[in-house]
Amino acid sequence: MRPALSVIFFTTASGAGYGLLGLLGLLAPAGLTPATPWFGLASNGLGLALVTAGLLASVFHLGHPERAWRAMTQWRSSWLSREGVAAVVAYPIFLAFAASWIIFGRPNAILGFIAALIATTTVFCTGKIYSTLRPIRQWHHPLTVPGYLLLSIFTGLSLLAALTLSPRIGVAAAVMAIAALGLKYRYWHSIDRSLSATTLATATGLGQLGQVRMLDPPHATPNYLMHEMGYRIARANSARLRRAVLGAGFAVPALLLLLGIAGGPLGVLAPVAALLSLIGTLGERWLFFAEATHTQALYYGLNP
Amino acid sequence: MTSLPRHTEKKLGLVIDLDTCVGCHACAVNCKEWNTSGPSAPLTDFDPYGAEAQGVWFNRIHSFEVGEGGTGRTVHFPKSCLHCEDAPCVTVCPTGASMKRAEDGIVLVDADKCIGCKLCSWACPYGAREYDHDHGVMKKCTLCVDRIYDTSVPERDRVPACVATCPASARHFGDLGDPDSEVSRLVAARGGFALMPEQGCRPVNRYLPPRNATSAPTPLPQAGLAARLAEWAGRLIAR
Ligand code: SF4
Ligand code: SF4
Ligand code: SF4
Repeated sequence: MRPALSVIFFTTASGAGYGLLGLLGLLAPAGLTPATPWFGLASNGLGLALVTAGLLASVFHLGHPERAWRAMTQWRSSWLSREGVAAVVAYPIFLAFAASWIIFGRPNAILGFIAALIATTTVFCTGKIYSTLRPIRQWHHPLTVPGYLLLSIFTGLSLLAALTLSPRIGVAAAVMAIAALGLKYRYWHSIDRSLSATTLATATGLGQLGQVRMLDPPHATPNYLMHEMGYRIARANSARLRRAVLGAGFAVPALLLLLGIAGGPLGVLAPVAALLSLIGTLGERWLFFAEATHTQALYYGLNP
Repeated sequence: MTSLPRHTEKKLGLVIDLDTCVGCHACAVNCKEWNTSGPSAPLTDFDPYGAEAQGVWFNRIHSFEVGEGGTGRTVHFPKSCLHCEDAPCVTVCPTGASMKRAEDGIVLVDADKCIGCKLCSWACPYGAREYDHDHGVMKKCTLCVDRIYDTSVPERDRVPACVATCPASARHFGDLGDPDSEVSRLVAARGGFALMPEQGCRPVNRYLPPRNATSAPTPLPQAGLAARLAEWAGRLIAR
């Protein structure tokens, strides 16, 4: 699948934002973050800015952004619609939680819990959009939804570690980085070895007659389908990028955080770790698209 | 509504004969011609005379080669929307623009509601939906819904444009939900099949397999004595 840059930016930024806001909702009332209104303003502000930037990017990638409200109507059947509804429902909850903290001086535990719940729901819906697409075996995968949730928590925690410089949160972020590393490693291992049940034989129904090969494509130049769903990444490039994501995106941030906690300059190391975690997630999302193959490309002589 | 109807009164669709299709692309051209002034109009072309010509088509003709050597054959393979019963393109649509009609099972896009998110084209395993960059909306085969119910044309013309135009009569249109319809009988008689059954979309359209080759491969003519003499004489004269 052709990497859709707006969607990659959206899921990375919003994922980190939802992670941060959800974690604030749980950790602030428990007294695990600074309690000052200033900290409440900075942390909630950053979370809301990330979420909003992501949502705006995703809306402007549409063919008709002015009709975006319609995407809220089909929540009965569509995960994309559910994501839209969850994203809109989340706003007043996040704002109420932030207000309880900034204006009334105490992060409200109940609002915080609901904020964490709706943040998780939104990211869960995002993952479901991909994992329910059966024609794309790399997305129709049991690790797709856990991957979206885990990376959201990881990036949220690494941002929170940078904001609080709390050793406890730093350790949690490092643990999540290792978990993310393990999950992506298993995911890549799995998609490298799985095969699509759909082949050119089943796509044409001609399998009984012998081996099917493409002779002529319908048109001399690539069409929308090939541009959008015929994208292929060279194996060497994807291997290089995978190593970069696992290393610079997950392992190095974990290392930096642990170094900081062990006595290094945490005030410098934690923000660098947070930045790397976001860049790493961008790379991971880019690969998530670039490595995904679609069954319809079979008709054009490519294997899914 | 992007929830699928539990039951459709009819299952209108196409039956495509891979034995008789000659790969002339006439159905694709007439589909484009008809629909570029129909409800999904226009079927935009981009850079039509340039090196990177690209455009919206509802029907495309692929060509495959099957089997080896003397038993190998070329199969021309037209592909348009299969109007699936479990259409994943419909259920993923967030806006209600994509729908499957309860009365006849036709899968359509309402261009006034579509936001152009493209998710339906990712969900269709067959590649039957095409995005119009110019309009910012998704487009697809309408089963010529503006033709098949048009009582102002003679009844024999109330078939999709691609069916009407096929010079080899390789495309048939009818109700595949009715076991006694002409198309259902054709599918039963010829062993018609569905594409990618493992994807679970339960397509309505059916394809008829190429028939078995009736004769053994034609032997090359063995040159007799007279022919060889004539050839030798010819070469002499040519010198
Ligand atoms: S062929 Fe594709 S576009 Fe047509 S109904 Fe089936 S899934 Fe939808
Ligand atoms: S592109 Fe249009 S029809 Fe397709 S899923 Fe999006 S809104 Fe629905
Ligand atoms: S039924 Fe109509 S829209 Fe569909 S492929 Fe045939 S001519 Fe085109």
